[in-house]
Amino acid sequence: MNLIQWATSPWGQQVPTHISWTLLWISAISGLAFLIVHALYVSIWAKPAHSAASSGVSGAAAARIPERVPRHNLSARLFHAIMALSMLALLFTAFLPKVGVEFPWVTWHWIAGIVLSISVVYHIFDAFLGQDFWSIWPDKEDIEDAGRRMKRALGQTAPEPRKFAKYPLENKLYHLVVMLAGLSAIGTGLFMMKRVRTPFFPRNPYLFSDMTWGWMYVLHGLAGVGFVALVTVHIYMAVRPEKLFITKSMIFGWMSREKYLEHHDPNRWVVTDHAPATARPAESKKAPS
Amino acid sequence: MAVIHDVIPAFELFQPTSVDDALALQERHGAKAWVLAGGLDSFDWFKDRIKRPEVVIDLSQVKELRGVRTTGDGLEIGAMTTLTEVVRHPTIREKYGILPNAAEAAASPQIRNQGTIGGNVSQDARCWYYRGGWPCYRAGGNICYADTPTGLNREHAILDANRCVAVNPSDTAPALIALDAKFVVRTPKGERVVDAENYFIGPGIDITRMTILKPGDLLTAIRIPSTWAGSQFYFEKVRDRAAWDFALVNVAAAIKTSGAGNNVDQIRIAVNGVAAHPVRLTAVEAAVTGKPRNEETAEMAGQIAVRGAEPLQYNGYKVPLLRNLVKRAIRGTAAQA
Repeated sequence: MNLIQWATSPWGQQVPTHISWTLLWISAISGLAFLIVHALYVSIWAKPAHSAASSGVSGAAAARIPERVPRHNLSARLFHAIMALSMLALLFTAFLPKVGVEFPWVTWHWIAGIVLSISVVYHIFDAFLGQDFWSIWPDKEDIEDAGRRMKRALGQTAPEPRKFAKYPLENKLYHLVVMLAGLSAIGTGLFMMKRVRTPFFPRNPYLFSDMTWGWMYVLHGLAGVGFVALVTVHIYMAVRPEKLFITKSMIFGWMSREKYLEHHDPNRWVVTDHAPATARPAESKKAPS
Repeated sequence: MAVIHDVIPAFELFQPTSVDDALALQERHGAKAWVLAGGLDSFDWFKDRIKRPEVVIDLSQVKELRGVRTTGDGLEIGAMTTLTEVVRHPTIREKYGILPNAAEAAASPQIRNQGTIGGNVSQDARCWYYRGGWPCYRAGGNICYADTPTGLNREHAILDANRCVAVNPSDTAPALIALDAKFVVRTPKGERVVDAENYFIGPGIDITRMTILKPGDLLTAIRIPSTWAGSQFYFEKVRDRAAWDFALVNVAAAIKTSGAGNNVDQIRIAVNGVAAHPVRLTAVEAAVTGKPRNEETAEMAGQIAVRGAEPLQYNGYKVPLLRNLVKRAIRGTAAQA
């Protein structure tokens, strides 16, 4: 099976043109397979994670944590909503025609791509200037805890893993993969707009060589089909009952004190004193978020 | 570039004698099958060795696809009816004169003897980059060589271009749109009857096809309702060679008028050679309805017809050409232009 479609250029050179659309189905099936396996694993093998009783925070300190722990500010939530809508628009306009739903998709596709690009540029600035930038990147403790979890899951002895910081490791890894795929799709997509008619600049399909263009189309396609699986997994996780509090926090901006204490380590995710009295453990290493 | 060879690559030939057999063969061989009508488009592809089908389904022995039949409401023309038969058919000549005009203009007598009306409306684009085997959008690639700073695009699209700028070359297509014809398509799911203008699709919908036909589908007949029988017709084709050539632009109009002022009561007008699909000019139809068929109305119609035109480097002439052809169609007198 050829994963890449090749063609002979007018100069006799073998150049890539697209990915094989079989990869679309592979991605879709992979996403579905993941959620089936995950659902089975959670319902059959997985043990409950942490409990509020083991939060390690004294009753008095816990009482000083606000009932509604702020998690995503309005800016972050608006970005997420716009990014999600534009991503869905991009996926539908890209792949519905491939599965037989025919419509003039190109203009809608690049418009959605522009919206996504602007929202991502905004997000990058906002992450640097208005958010706790490092909170979404995996750190040493995440890696250590992942090792501990893996060993315990395999029946080996290992210290109990700590609770998460603001974001669980899987969130951080997902963000990393989405960032790489997203920047690949956006970077290549913006150049590909030079090949279609837009009001922004004149067409110039000879901006790059056929070979460079070909690999650009392949990278764009790989990122695109990758997003089919990534979005499938993301939506699945968002609607899982035990993850709903995270989903709600992306809609309303906060999570309850109980969920915070149950799933997060106050030493790794310090809740600042938005409320009159907020716990601020002395050993905190993280910047406020 | 394509190299002309004398020998066509080998394929398995089937010559079914019924539509059902043809459809069964198409279903069995799927996208590997090539449906052959008159062969005038197909053999170009084969001899250039750019299309190399494993299976060819020749429809020439399917009698039910040939001939012109009278129906309760007009005529039904089998898809394999030759252009010569269309040109010579007395009822078509008497009542739907625009169609034989278009069919006669389509090709030389020898080609009309072999070419079919189904093949004429279903033929592929004639862009030489595409026909030359270059890996353009229409061939499944990711570039249009004609729409580049150095592309040779004198014959290409000025309307509705979407990445690909090839045009539809059919002469009978705009005439059939003007006559409000219906195309009968047999698919694996049954029979579909579509309006003539909806039979054609542009690159925005699917950049590799020019019609709604997918592998497994077969155009079996074209039905012409009596609605426009005996109307005033206008067909004109402008081409580089008068003897025979594809249209640079063509126009077809069916018009019903009334009163001393020769007012337009009803009109259908379509053009081809300006986009990847024949273009029905609905804005022109709406604008001229109720107005007298005179110079002023014609001028207005011509201006409306070219709205939104985006010429390429070498086909700017198509804008005034389209404007004037529409003007002449509305005015109804070519010689006065």
